[in-house]
Amino acid sequence: MSLEGLLPELAVIRKDFPILERTLAGGMPLVYLDSANTSQKPQVVIDTMVDHLERHNANIARAMHQLGAESTEAFEAARDKVAAFIGAPERDEVIFTKNASEALNLVANTLAWAGPRRVGEGDEVVITEMEHHSNIVPWQLLTQRTGATLRWFGLTDEGRLDLSNIDQLINERTKVVSLTWVSNMLGTINPIAEITRKAHAVGAIVVVDASQAAPQLPIDLAAMPADERPDLVAFTGHKVVGPTGIGVLWGSRAVLDELPPFLGGGEMIETVRMEGSTYAGIPHKFEAGTPPIVEAIGLGAAVDYLGHVGMDAIHRHEQAITAYALEGLQSVKGLTVLGPLDAASRGGAISFELDGVHPHDIAQVLDSRGVAVRAGHHCAKPAHARFGVQSSTRMSSYLYTEPREIDALVEALEYTRSYFKLD
Amino acid sequence: MTAQDLDALYQEIILDHYKHPHGKGLREADPDHSAEVHHVNPTCGDEVTLRVHLADGVVEDVSYDSVGCSISQASASVLHDLVVGKSVDEAMAIHQEFLTLMQGKGTVEPDEDVLEDGIAFAGVAKFPARVKCALLSWMAWKDATAQVVAGDGDKA
Repeated sequence: MSLEGLLPELAVIRKDFPILERTLAGGMPLVYLDSANTSQKPQVVIDTMVDHLERHNANIARAMHQLGAESTEAFEAARDKVAAFIGAPERDEVIFTKNASEALNLVANTLAWAGPRRVGEGDEVVITEMEHHSNIVPWQLLTQRTGATLRWFGLTDEGRLDLSNIDQLINERTKVVSLTWVSNMLGTINPIAEITRKAHAVGAIVVVDASQAAPQLPIDLAAMPADERPDLVAFTGHKVVGPTGIGVLWGSRAVLDELPPFLGGGEMIETVRMEGSTYAGIPHKFEAGTPPIVEAIGLGAAVDYLGHVGMDAIHRHEQAITAYALEGLQSVKGLTVLGPLDAASRGGAISFELDGVHPHDIAQVLDSRGVAVRAGHHCAKPAHARFGVQSSTRMSSYLYTEPREIDALVEALEYTRSYFKLD
Repeated sequence: MTAQDLDALYQEIILDHYKHPHGKGLREADPDHSAEVHHVNPTCGDEVTLRVHLADGVVEDVSYDSVGCSISQASASVLHDLVVGKSVDEAMAIHQEFLTLMQGKGTVEPDEDVLEDGIAFAGVAKFPARVKCALLSWMAWKDATAQVVAGDGDKA
């Protein structure tokens, strides 16, 4: 079947992802609907990483030999590719981290330590109730350690940010506003520009968790008006068809220069004497030690791949699949979707409840039909608590998802209802 | 997992206990001879609040409030059936038997005389991701019982 907005070369795209060919126990074909958890990898990412390990492996930025030069060049080329992927105003503003959590922790830790942005007693940090735990806990730790106050936006019943008290929440005491661009549980797309404008007006910096946004929304930071552009943006490699073990923190040079170093060690220094050290400029200031070299290079190949397919086209595809999935899911008796029901204003992760069956049992029965979804709290316990549920089942699509896979999900959910004798 | 595996996991007995749990709900207990614990499975968020009431070395009542999957709910129901009315020593022995079954990776042959409906969990032991679901309330029970025993010694 064909839906308006699907990637025109979907069959070709699917061939790029070897894992989609495999079958599971009992000969079931794989229906992978867990891409918000981690995305699958195209052959070009796998090949790029293997080629690097087979032919170019060496440490970077210090080995005075040909392999060292090749490795360094490939690593720094990956930085260029990531910078292009998000439209970074400067390539040196792209810092490689281990994952999005480390990127967010880098910011939340260094803000406690020193510099003109230092958060202290009487200051306020604002987050939201729909954050992933990795954008909640670092800020709880920061405010607990510094005596600052943590505040947060609540959610509406539709699963959107409740902005009715934005002027009280974001005030002259606010130092940091940190929020997700796209919710990993509710799918909600947040009004980053509007919130950033408010935060900048009171002199606060804005940190955006783009872990779910980077895979599916075109991002062009340089094209955003300065007062609407976040100051720091974090995302992880493995959700944008790259490998695990590599994440990205983009920050404006102005803010990154104001933050003190995070981890100390090799590569992040300018000079070291026993009495003290001076530090390298960005990005190396925040990249102590040997980085995940082949992972960064794999990420470069991944964002290059997405760029070739086109992020606008991927976004349209996700919207088409999401609309189709919302329709299919709501045809299942007793099923309630958590989050906005309008595909145009949400991402491709859809969490739902099914009356009478616990999410783990749903996921288990779905797995017996080859359908892979996530069940649990999706590292967003407060958002679940807001909707009075302990856990949910989540399906999430990506550029390789076909409508027939959504059909398979809906059919497997009907089977789950009959398995648990719900009628 | 295959459809056959699924049926091994979700035995009818388990689904029955899930739909009609025995002993569910927190009940009042003499504070001198009882203890309450709250256990959580951090990976999936399943929770149980469980209260144990001992009298003269006997498990007088196990009452609980819980949220979780069918396996975790059914296992709390079976726990209630198996330990209430038993001496603490007998109940601990049953606990050990259930633990051995669940940690046996599907190789342990359950003793129906001891575990009664609990033998239905033999299939769960083959699914490492679900073993912790089955053990949630059992671990909570052991914790609470140990607290009562330690707290009031011969009074219990």
